[in-house]
Amino acid sequence: MSDISKSIPKSDSAGKIAGETIYIGDMVLDDMLHAMTLRSVHAKARIKSIRLPEMPEGYFIVDHRDIPGDNCVNIIFDDMPVFADGKVNYIGEPILLAAGPKRKKVKEIIDSIEVEYEPSEPVFGYSKSVVHHEFEKGDAASVFCKAERIIKGSYSTGYQEHIYMEPQGVIGLYEDNKTTVIGSMQCPYYIKNAVVRTLGTGQENVRVIQAATGGAFGGKEEFPSLMGCQAAVAANKTGKPIKLIYERTEDIETTTKRHPSRIDFEAAAGEDGSIEALRVRVFLDSGAYIGLSGVVLQRAMIAASGVYTISNLSVSGDVYETNTVPNGAFRGFGAPQMFFAIEMFIHHFAIETGQDPLALRKRHLASMGDPTSTGGTFRDPIIMGDMIQKAIDMSGYDEKIAEYSKPGDHRGIGMSWVLHGCGFTGSGEQKHIKAVVRLRKEKDDMVTILAANTEMGQGAMTTLRKIAAGVLGIPIEKVIYNNPDTDLVPDSGPTVASRTVMIVGGLIARAARQLKEKWVPGKEILVEERYRQPDYIEWDEDKLRGDAYPAYSWGVNVVEVEVSPVTYEVDLKGIWAVYDIGKAIDERIIIGQAEGGLSQGISYGMTEVMECREGRIQQRNMTDYIIPTAGDCIPMEIVIMDNPYPLGPYGAKGAGELPLVGGAPAVALAIENAIGKRIDRIPATPEYIMELMENG
Amino acid sequence: MAEIRFILNGAETVVNEDPTMRLLDVLRDLMGLTGAKEGCGEGECGACSVLVDHDIVNSCIMPLGNAAGRDIMTIEEFSKTERYNVISRAYEDAGAVQCGFCIPGMIIATESLLNKNPHPSEIEIRDGLSGNLCRCTGYNMIVKAIQLAAERGDGLW
Ligand code: FES
Ligand code: FES
Repeated sequence: MSDISKSIPKSDSAGKIAGETIYIGDMVLDDMLHAMTLRSVHAKARIKSIRLPEMPEGYFIVDHRDIPGDNCVNIIFDDMPVFADGKVNYIGEPILLAAGPKRKKVKEIIDSIEVEYEPSEPVFGYSKSVVHHEFEKGDAASVFCKAERIIKGSYSTGYQEHIYMEPQGVIGLYEDNKTTVIGSMQCPYYIKNAVVRTLGTGQENVRVIQAATGGAFGGKEEFPSLMGCQAAVAANKTGKPIKLIYERTEDIETTTKRHPSRIDFEAAAGEDGSIEALRVRVFLDSGAYIGLSGVVLQRAMIAASGVYTISNLSVSGDVYETNTVPNGAFRGFGAPQMFFAIEMFIHHFAIETGQDPLALRKRHLASMGDPTSTGGTFRDPIIMGDMIQKAIDMSGYDEKIAEYSKPGDHRGIGMSWVLHGCGFTGSGEQKHIKAVVRLRKEKDDMVTILAANTEMGQGAMTTLRKIAAGVLGIPIEKVIYNNPDTDLVPDSGPTVASRTVMIVGGLIARAARQLKEKWVPGKEILVEERYRQPDYIEWDEDKLRGDAYPAYSWGVNVVEVEVSPVTYEVDLKGIWAVYDIGKAIDERIIIGQAEGGLSQGISYGMTEVMECREGRIQQRNMTDYIIPTAGDCIPMEIVIMDNPYPLGPYGAKGAGELPLVGGAPAVALAIENAIGKRIDRIPATPEYIMELMENG
Repeated sequence: MAEIRFILNGAETVVNEDPTMRLLDVLRDLMGLTGAKEGCGEGECGACSVLVDHDIVNSCIMPLGNAAGRDIMTIEEFSKTERYNVISRAYEDAGAVQCGFCIPGMIIATESLLNKNPHPSEIEIRDGLSGNLCRCTGYNMIVKAIQLAAERGDGLW
């Protein structure tokens, strides 16, 4: 077969272009009821009473009393109720559903329900720690004791809202003792396990089917479990299909977002100017429920020294509960916050100690064999040296930074270096996920991939088919990948953490090799593969010690800007990036991931403003919350390196999150270069730039 | 309630409905034409784009009453045309489609743009897409698809 990276048409494009692909909102079932959510208007309150209007025939109310099993959404930390029971902890918290045949009538019912609250004092800010982690590498404490010079920095990041173009939606239905949830999602088995628990029923009584998913970016990782449970309870109660689709405003105000953060550094400067020891403190705002915030915190903390090798490291972090909308998974999962902070800090450290930032960064750049932040080992070749040189040459970084650093020049250029641990943190794959995939060959020699991973635009359907077809040596048309249905496919784990190609694709490649050996034309054959962690990986989950990830993808991002000295607006002038993702399974799909991800990362760093005041999200629609338009974006030059990872299929590592991670620091450094002032928070909006330029 | 007449996908159509009903709901709920999507419902994203007298319109903010006497074409009908074949092939070849939710609207925007300006510059393309948001692609591959369509479909527009 020719090079796997050569692009082919995507499996799912034709139907999407023609408008024929069916998303959850397009689905209509017989007798279907529309559901809407009644939500808390207080950040923290006791619910004293709920007065329902006279209910018309065929209309229903569904609340916590209808839940047969546990009133909690099965996420990692089970603190979020399916429906509020007597108290609410954030504005927008779901209290009940109203459902009925006409949406307009349902809305009238919701509007006429009277809830009597007894408000109490809400908690905001970084005061109530609910998760704490820490780890050490080397002996930072004694270095700090002796240190001659200590440099400090504090960085903060704001919310980021996913704005997947398709709002969240599910349909729940109940038939013959079986509850089915269909919806827009990343993780069918997360929803299945959550619904099983909420209904207090057996695995065999719940089925989850993915509908075409109109974008997700992490926003449809754990959140759809909440809606899935609600729709399931409502379907069981009413015996009718329940369609629960959010409107955009509701989606923006009440679904999970990227965690706001604050990250503090202290660095002990050695005599030679190097960073001898680094102390890092991470603050994450989880919102009202912890959910998976503890895992987001871990990923942020593990990235504390960025792509740099620093011998003495002391990292601690906390998740803080606040009476605000819960935060959750978003492409990058804690890493974008940390990479913004560490990339800015190492620059600021260099400048304060009178060094060239690039030289300092190169001096600390990790190489193969170095210990990682958690005392694991970078086992595979690191080709960042080449990648950095490529990025510098492509962008003209050296000449530009010299020129733009002159006073009065409002152009700027910034470069970020990032890595991204591929797959779940630590032994998550081995201990918690335990992925299984199957391949089934039919009598007509068509092969179906049986796995639970979802196509959400990232190209999973095409790349996974390509891997199977490539290994089997058959045309890709002979390989089928359908949207997962938990009644038909095993649990190959969630579609998250840049694991789909590397981990699931790796299992598919292994299964394909097995099938190839057993291949007999015209015969039905089923093969199965289960995940096995490489033997050399050791991870201590409590102490956060050892190999946090089996492999790392790497990236260099350069952004050039011009800042208007009049309006303080930032114009993008150039974007260049070089990525090492092992091997591209399909080059064009990877470029698509790179362009989309980097664009989200850059706008996270400069334009995407979301604020929460007294527990209320201030941006309610796409006019208030600005994502880039075609006119805001500019062409990008992207290079994908070949550095095959021995355990990935065809050498592939993770790719989905990596490009987002470096966008914000690259653009923030470019703005910093343009205005000659230190940036320590994102988004770097015109208001913030004005403040910096006017007040110095 | 009022009787509203218009042409929908080439056919004379009469709808007896509240004239303030959104055209998007008429198309999706009454006619079963689900190619136009609801991304925001407030005229901000373009996912609901349709052609009204061959000009792009956000059907989520167009009341049914305003459709009276107009010629409305949705992706379902446009996808039967030669121009569509050129555009859709170009989108596939450029890799412009990710989650797809914005794409029917983008195709409508592409047709509306090329119909007015068969050989747009890159800036004109970006301008022509300004009412259509895409969160997945970063737009460059969509821009490339339109350039490709303009080139290959020379003479069609
Ligand atoms: S749904 Fe009409 S513009 Fe967004
Ligand atoms: S392809 Fe997903 S929004 Fe455009």
